Amino acid sequence: MTFHPGILALLLGSGLTSSMLCYSAYEGVRIIRDWDINSGSERQLELERKTYLVSTVMSYALGFQLLSLLLFIYTADTISPLFIGAMCAAGSLKVNGFGYPTLIAKIISCLLAGLWLIVNATDNQAHDYPLIRTKYWLLLLLTPVVLAETTMQAGYLLSLKPNIITSCCAILFSTDTNSFVSDLISLPHSLALTVFFTSAAITMALGLLVYLKAKGILLFSLASLIHCIFSIVALISFISIYIYELPTHHCPFCILHQEYSYVGYPLYVAILVSAVSGIGTGVINPFRTLPSLHNVIFRIQKKLALVSLLSILVFVLITGYSILFSNLSMEAY
Amino acid sequence: MGALEKQRHILDFTLSSLGRRKGKNIALIIVYTFVIFLLASVLFLTDSLKKEASQILQDTPEMTVQRLVAGRQDLIPVHYIEAIKQIKGVQSVTPRLWGYYYDARSGANYTLMVNAELNDHAGEIIIGTGVSMRNATSMPNHAVWKNDVLPFKTYDGSVVPLKVKGFLSSSSELVTSDLVLVSEADFRKIFPIAKDHATDLVLKVRNGKELATIAAKITQIHPDCRPILREDILRTYNAVFDWRGGVILMVLAGGFFAFIILAWDKATGLSAEEKREIGILKAIGWETSDILLMKFWEGAAVSLTAFFMGIFLAYLHIFLASSILFEPFLKGWSVLYPHFRLTPYVNGYQIAVLFFLTVIPYTVVTIVPSWRSATIDPDSVMRM
Repeated sequence: MTFHPGILALLLGSGLTSSMLCYSAYEGVRIIRDWDINSGSERQLELERKTYLVSTVMSYALGFQLLSLLLFIYTADTISPLFIGAMCAAGSLKVNGFGYPTLIAKIISCLLAGLWLIVNATDNQAHDYPLIRTKYWLLLLLTPVVLAETTMQAGYLLSLKPNIITSCCAILFSTDTNSFVSDLISLPHSLALTVFFTSAAITMALGLLVYLKAKGILLFSLASLIHCIFSIVALISFISIYIYELPTHHCPFCILHQEYSYVGYPLYVAILVSAVSGIGTGVINPFRTLPSLHNVIFRIQKKLALVSLLSILVFVLITGYSILFSNLSMEAY
Repeated sequence: MGALEKQRHILDFTLSSLGRRKGKNIALIIVYTFVIFLLASVLFLTDSLKKEASQILQDTPEMTVQRLVAGRQDLIPVHYIEAIKQIKGVQSVTPRLWGYYYDARSGANYTLMVNAELNDHAGEIIIGTGVSMRNATSMPNHAVWKNDVLPFKTYDGSVVPLKVKGFLSSSSELVTSDLVLVSEADFRKIFPIAKDHATDLVLKVRNGKELATIAAKITQIHPDCRPILREDILRTYNAVFDWRGGVILMVLAGGFFAFIILAWDKATGLSAEEKREIGILKAIGWETSDILLMKFWEGAAVSLTAFFMGIFLAYLHIFLASSILFEPFLKGWSVLYPHFRLTPYVNGYQIAVLFFLTVIPYTVVTIVPSWRSATIDPDSVMRM
């Protein structure tokens, strides 16, 4: 293991987040078992107080989780000079088998964490805790994901040994290798472009429908999920090459570098925020029939749709700007 | 009332409430600031040393070839050059002559290196600032000036007087401080190195991507040789500085835990007055979530104040006060250590790492105490 300060920070952060989640899960089990809103017993009062603690703990833990995703990518990027052939995070994540699984687990746990917070916020709007059991069941599902992620991350970081030869990003994300990623890149340029902008237009139209008329919520939620995947595909297959102004460079990590004015960060945050808030509208939709939430849910969905819309808009604007003002022209392809 | 308005009012209230308990909070902020200052100093120093090292190594040869005998570096026969030159992609191979010279007068080690430009001026040397100052400190009022003569003791005991022809610029002091450039003839007078041997060879390579292949070929032709790439050196420096920084962080962890316990203690031990305050707030209609929000702002105000003050002080410490606290551990040491001021280098990543190492643990330990104070029963405290 290398004693890199960033690695120490990640291990400490994830350790703390995991222990917070374990504690919350423990309280969650007690709440699922003993919760009875109609009872005035000492125990119920204590549980009601505990829900405040768990909510607070969870909002902090999940906030840290998001920061930890960014720090993880940044750290992988920073330590790349320690490995022969690695020029950015793409190379250092490939040093051992845990790198990419950790990244994927981190993204998934961030998405789930965001959705949990939406459910929690919805529940807090009503006076009679209508979603209390649901949200603690969800918490019990979320905890193993975060624990798995922490374990994988520890496995990745602790078994890093400098100097192992790994592929550099130019090899990993070039069209020669036969992998899923290279299939993405070899998508015809115009097709990828059309699909991305169409999907953005459809999702935004559906979002507008939700915002103005409260219609098509499930459709919008589904579209958000699909659009999130399309955005990542678009980022690798054609947005990156305009940012790098190099038709062969598809690396999704180099855009985080200073040379490209850190444009990767707003892009990734926009994808994550639009996905969480977009999917969130659908996740809380089944609860609209509950009497105490009847009036609240639509207000929340409206807000979420607006956030999602704005994030997609930010992503599209940055992308459009990068394409229009890039010195690279792909007209000949 | 808008959501933003509400946050603003609660923040307003929090700040004035913090101000009412100045003593307690100032003590906490001072310790917190000091902890962040220490950690930030370590991070800033190691990172700017790494940066400095990589900038210096930019100008070093892409590949150095050394010969190993019995596991130790040995002189390399000059005829090795012929075979290495034949390898495709090698642009040039130059033998280098250099070594360390112990100067008994000043008690310091110099690095003697042959410079081809001096070969026509035998008897003359060019010295680094450290060498000239060292002579000045051992004999006050006697700094070395141009055209002064410095005596060098040879391997057989005789003395070679060498005239100082010039000085190396102080901008490169980090690498040239202890350097003495000499001509080949003088070098071979001082050290018993045969004409057909050199200290090592440096290679220029046309295409950087071929370095690894060329290195492999060299070890095939001359199995007793060890090619060292510039990237290897850079990687090693990076790993060493990271390691040193990490070790110091681990050492400081003890102090940090003490701070965390202090923070926990401060957050748990609510005074009767604070309890009454919360009780009254709840009695006049604040909800538990509002108190939690207030506690959040309280933590944020304390953390951010300490965080930015700590970072600012660390910046002053490292880049203006030459990192007096950590210098000996993190830089390495030597009699002729160059005096240099590090180029300020701070980036968002360091700030993020610091945030993870300090603010997050602090926040975690204060959650439970804040919750406990937020769920106080109003009538039980007001009756006290």
